[in-house]
Amino acid sequence: MRKLRHWLFGLGGLLWLHHVQAQNTFPLNGVADPRTGYYAFTHATLVKDAGTTLNNATLVIRDGRIVSVGANLPVPSGAVEVNCQGKFIYPSFVDAYSDYGTPAVQRAPGFNFGAPAQLNTATKGAYGWNQALKAEQNAFAVFTADETKAKSLREAGFGAVLTHVKDGISRGTGALVTLGGDKENFALLKEKASAHYSFSKGSSTQSYPSSMMGMIALLRQTYLDARWYKQNPVTEGKNLTLQAWNENQGLPQVFEANDKWNVLRADRIGDEAGVQYIIKGGGNEYQRIGEMKATNATFILPLSFPQAQDVEDPADARMVSVSDMKHWELAPTNPAAFERAGIPFCLTTADLKDAREFMSNLKKAMAYGLSETAALNALTKTPATVLGVYNEVGSLDAGKWANFFISSGPVFNDKTVIYQNWIQGKKYVVKDENWADPAGSYQVVFNTANGPVNYTLNVKSGTSAALVGGKDTVTSKFYYDGRSVRINVAPERSTENLYRLSGTVGGQGWTGYGEDSLGNRFTWTATAANPATAKADSARRKAPGALGKVTYPFEPFGYEEGAQPKAETILVRNATVWTNEADGVLQNTDVLLRDGKIAAVGKNLTAAGARIIDGTGKHLTPGVIDEHSHIAAASINEGGQSVTSEVRIADNLNPDDINIYRQLSGGVTTSHILHGSANTIGGQTQLIKLRWGANDEGLKFKGADGFIKFALGENVKRTSSTQNNRFPDTRMGVEQVLTDAFTRAKDYEKAWKEYEANKSKKGAVAPRRDLELDALVEILNSKRFITCHSYVQSEINAALKVADKLGFKFNTLTHILEGYKVADKMKQHGAAASTFSDWWNYKMEVIDAIPYNATIMQRVGLNVAINSDDAEMARRLNQEAAKSVKYGGMSEEDALKMVTLNPAKMLHIDKQVGSIKTGKDADVVLWSNHPLSIYAQSLYTIVDGTVFYDRGKDEQMRKSLAAERQRLVRKMVGEKRGGAAVTPALPSYQLMHTCSDHSHSHGLLTVDAEEVE
Amino acid sequence: MKKYFILFSIISGFSAHSQETVYPAPAQKGAVVITNATVHVGNGQVLNNASVAFENGKITAVGSNVTPAAGATVINAQGKQVYPGLIQSISNLGLVEVNSVRASNDAQELGELNPNIRSIVAYNTDSKVTNTLRGSGILLANIVPQGGLVAGRSSVVQLDAWNWEDAAYKMDAGLHVYLPLLMPRPSFIPAAANAPDPVKTGLEAIDRFRSFLGEAKAHFAVADKSGQTNLKFDAVKGLFDKSMKLFVHANTIKQILIAVDLAKDFGLDMVVVGGADSWRVADLLKQNNIPVILSQSHSLPILDDDDVDQPYKTPAQLQQAGVLFAISDEDGQTRGRNLPYNAGTAAAYGLSKEQALQAITLNAAKILGIADKTGSIEVGKDANIVIANGDLLDMRSSVVTDAFIQGRKIVLDDKQKQLYERYKHKYELK
Repeated sequence: MRKLRHWLFGLGGLLWLHHVQAQNTFPLNGVADPRTGYYAFTHATLVKDAGTTLNNATLVIRDGRIVSVGANLPVPSGAVEVNCQGKFIYPSFVDAYSDYGTPAVQRAPGFNFGAPAQLNTATKGAYGWNQALKAEQNAFAVFTADETKAKSLREAGFGAVLTHVKDGISRGTGALVTLGGDKENFALLKEKASAHYSFSKGSSTQSYPSSMMGMIALLRQTYLDARWYKQNPVTEGKNLTLQAWNENQGLPQVFEANDKWNVLRADRIGDEAGVQYIIKGGGNEYQRIGEMKATNATFILPLSFPQAQDVEDPADARMVSVSDMKHWELAPTNPAAFERAGIPFCLTTADLKDAREFMSNLKKAMAYGLSETAALNALTKTPATVLGVYNEVGSLDAGKWANFFISSGPVFNDKTVIYQNWIQGKKYVVKDENWADPAGSYQVVFNTANGPVNYTLNVKSGTSAALVGGKDTVTSKFYYDGRSVRINVAPERSTENLYRLSGTVGGQGWTGYGEDSLGNRFTWTATAANPATAKADSARRKAPGALGKVTYPFEPFGYEEGAQPKAETILVRNATVWTNEADGVLQNTDVLLRDGKIAAVGKNLTAAGARIIDGTGKHLTPGVIDEHSHIAAASINEGGQSVTSEVRIADNLNPDDINIYRQLSGGVTTSHILHGSANTIGGQTQLIKLRWGANDEGLKFKGADGFIKFALGENVKRTSSTQNNRFPDTRMGVEQVLTDAFTRAKDYEKAWKEYEANKSKKGAVAPRRDLELDALVEILNSKRFITCHSYVQSEINAALKVADKLGFKFNTLTHILEGYKVADKMKQHGAAASTFSDWWNYKMEVIDAIPYNATIMQRVGLNVAINSDDAEMARRLNQEAAKSVKYGGMSEEDALKMVTLNPAKMLHIDKQVGSIKTGKDADVVLWSNHPLSIYAQSLYTIVDGTVFYDRGKDEQMRKSLAAERQRLVRKMVGEKRGGAAVTPALPSYQLMHTCSDHSHSHGLLTVDAEEVE
Repeated sequence: MKKYFILFSIISGFSAHSQETVYPAPAQKGAVVITNATVHVGNGQVLNNASVAFENGKITAVGSNVTPAAGATVINAQGKQVYPGLIQSISNLGLVEVNSVRASNDAQELGELNPNIRSIVAYNTDSKVTNTLRGSGILLANIVPQGGLVAGRSSVVQLDAWNWEDAAYKMDAGLHVYLPLLMPRPSFIPAAANAPDPVKTGLEAIDRFRSFLGEAKAHFAVADKSGQTNLKFDAVKGLFDKSMKLFVHANTIKQILIAVDLAKDFGLDMVVVGGADSWRVADLLKQNNIPVILSQSHSLPILDDDDVDQPYKTPAQLQQAGVLFAISDEDGQTRGRNLPYNAGTAAAYGLSKEQALQAITLNAAKILGIADKTGSIEVGKDANIVIANGDLLDMRSSVVTDAFIQGRKIVLDDKQKQLYERYKHKYELK
């Protein structure tokens, strides 16, 4: 039977609130014990918020809420007074990024190229098509209080967290909950407090998306789909995922990025969708703080700092990179970098193995420059404000939840302890045995059979005290825990007569029972005489000392702020100049570079203030252009489907790839970063210039036409899988995938045209915008161009026929190792060829590859390039071109064009680059020797008139890098010797992305991305 | 090397326009004299305007005062360069036809301890790859089994033969051990978390190999062989009388230290193969007279921090330290044909051209134990000779015009040249 209970203690809002709490639907087993929790905490130093501290203040709470806050307030009648003399009260912290109380997520194993594909979602019900989109997931629905985790968070000072289920790319809603141990009905403050997104598929076993760019495309498409779904399209039926997605849009949108480049990727998705995400970082954002600020986002920053590695063994340390060691050194500067840059941020316990590490790591961040005010804001006001719950939590103001903790001193001081953390007006003890600091002197009276005996007890701390009787001072064994006290002492310094005292701690003093060695019983009392003066404590932060500098990129051979190379006026004098123009190769010629362009080519040029480079005996050529590269990207293959024209390499460039620098050292200035060959219609490519140190946007070749990667043959039919279930499985199927995709694209284009023509009419419904088909329509309209991985003559011929029939062009056929067999057909179609010099026989479809391929195709009249598809070979593309001199007798000038002007033409950038001609971009290489010779080295590689590789400077950088390495090793070794915990040395492995075409090892620390994706 | 696990029930596609009519050359008849040549001896020397004479497969005279024997075939090499046949020190030639086709791959046997495995018995003289190497001047190769801990024994072959018995140049002369990497796995591979510690399992595997060597050595130390026959023991007998060398595939400092210990503890002739970080311990290798075969100069540095040209200049660092070394080319995509350019790169980064040549001729012959027969153009050695139009180490000029194996003039045609001719024909190109 349910009981209705009414307590009418007053009028107004408080009463109403109280009324609601006291009355509930839950049956009671026993006798009701209603309480108001009416307390007044007095004489405290009260930190209302980061900007307001009240001395001798009173905090009154009732029914779980703050009633009043102020200095010298009277204790209301009916309230229990808690004297907080000498103590501090803070608003309990708010963690804006947690999965507290939600079920653990079983992460699905990574994408396996050999395993059968899962093409559809495994989620049952009327939900969306992709298993990683879980907009319908609600944290509030599964939230279960977890006392173990709540306790450790409370101990770190937290009172409320925003929790969500960390599962999926779209994760549904988060809930604001407190860390109280009561029923979830009370802990749940706000059911739908946020919506969550990430770049992690979580438990999804569906193949798509299998890459970073696939995840980005999926999110972009879903924003479009959700908008389209608002029209209730009959073709879709009910889609509860999209419905929830739309409902969630009004909430604060939180994106887990976990990395500096992912921050930018997430922010761009938001910009396109008109959403400003709150972004959860990963700890390396200080490496690109300017870019972080430009997102205008509020950040949620973790405090998980890498442990020092054990680098005492030099053979192990050899495999640890300077970048990893430097990140160890600089990670604690991350929050301070945000503060300095004026970027709003919250701090979270997320990513810590144990919330108990939080406070020590926070203090470390402070030692590295984070201010106390900023730290406190990041834990209170900022998270509460950004989540729209500052009226409920985040400061000590009347009406808010009574979430606060009481500490022994300023919370960030070294010796401060948190005694109690009150959540919604309920006390949770953290460590309150020293609430009443026992230190000081006490008058002790033993009530013996012979009458009272007086002593003085000097208590130094909870474990140390001395008894003074007459002239003697004897150390006693002392135990004190705030509730009970024990003293073992021999007042006459005689081991014969040991007094054993046991007592309890009361508000007025201690009362106890004792026995001496003879068994005589007595009682005793102790009364405080003089409290000890509090020992000075401070936020003594051990300054970290000299720190390494952030470099751009955060890699070896990066440049410090201000030291980045800039465009210069450069005069190369007296060089052999390979113009790739009608002039051919000019001897003893000068070339002037100015404002990023080639300003003049001629003899005896002068230019005031120009940097002179002596080219005597050296060769100047246009910069090498690599038509087929997979460097500088976070992912390359979206293998989840056979048609993925919606994915874009541009969405996931990685400017931190050391291969940019290594390739500059081989004279490369422009690279075409292609999608891999996992599927027939792959992703959109990105042309970059190798501007080492630039960010992802800065790498892009501006104003160039868009391209897209297609592929045919073994890889797209998943030959390496013995259990392929993804269509196609044969070259016959590949031809049909192409035919089908472009047929759908044409129908799609037609539907849009019809809609555009009739949209003013009643009942006109916009077609669903499809990013995949958009890209194909661009191809049909010559606004996007294909480079197609292809090998054998049958598939090449078939692809060309599909294109001819459906009205599109193959701009470039790449690899094209049997191009020599169909060169005439390619010429007829108008396709260019980008090939390898001498690769063959590494797989079945290349058994007829010949090193004469380039020469034959060139002689038949095709535009032919030599590409790398390989981070190592790209450093020697000039030599790869030279092989056509050996195989087939191509002229040297034509050979060099195959890695400069010819790829420029096939990429439609020959107006800007590819030859040495006045007005073109100043992208040039000065070689030590004949540029087709094995003995040629790049001395200077210049992009846009900026020297990005300088062999002389490289020598200097090697020395400073070695010194930096030794400094960091010494520091790490010192850390270990200083007693810090260290992890075993972890080799700095690198992911290497390839076309799936390799049987070529890239070194001990290189892991093929396919093996882990 | 990346492994493909594909089962093709049938290998098809080796079409008729192939090299089936390129016949192995018969034994040399009569004398041959190459005149007016620039002779790169292979030992660092260059002889200008010199002649090389050979008869019955052996070099009979080298120098500027060679009088051609009556009736000798004279090859005027005016303006040309003459080299010893190049030697591929580590190769899967003839064991692997198409890397990704499992049915065509015979390089790696099951099991951890396979000293009894012999590469020579699976060596396919009719591989389509072989003749493409000859066009680069490569005339000999060491055929090496892969994988496991002890992969088996290698044999040196010459690249113009009807079958493996004809091809064998030095049989079963190297035992190949692949040392475990002894490094933690990358944390971003999910499976790594639950896998056993690779350092521990690696050290245990090395201990097992040591036990095996110890027991084998003890087995041969006693005269009485009345017990059961152990084929694995028998297979390593040559290690202890030094008729066979132990080739330890080792790249990291720790692997190389372990290799050196093995050599010292068991008194073995040893070769370090791979040697990516050998330059860091070059003095130790020098002190212990352990040579190195560097796998492929055309590779990336190990670590982002490393000098961007580290693999290119490692040969020069070993040369500087006085370590005997060879360069090999195990590239899976080009199938080893770029051996001379790997050496050429080493010459661009610190070696002299003749030192670079030596790394793929005489040094390789010394390390493989065939320097008495080949590796340089010296009287008494086999006439393994290459004539090129220009610098053999530079692709810009390295067109091979003639080659001789044991004095036999070999045909430099190959499947690729035949396809070239076929399509020149189609397009009516000259």
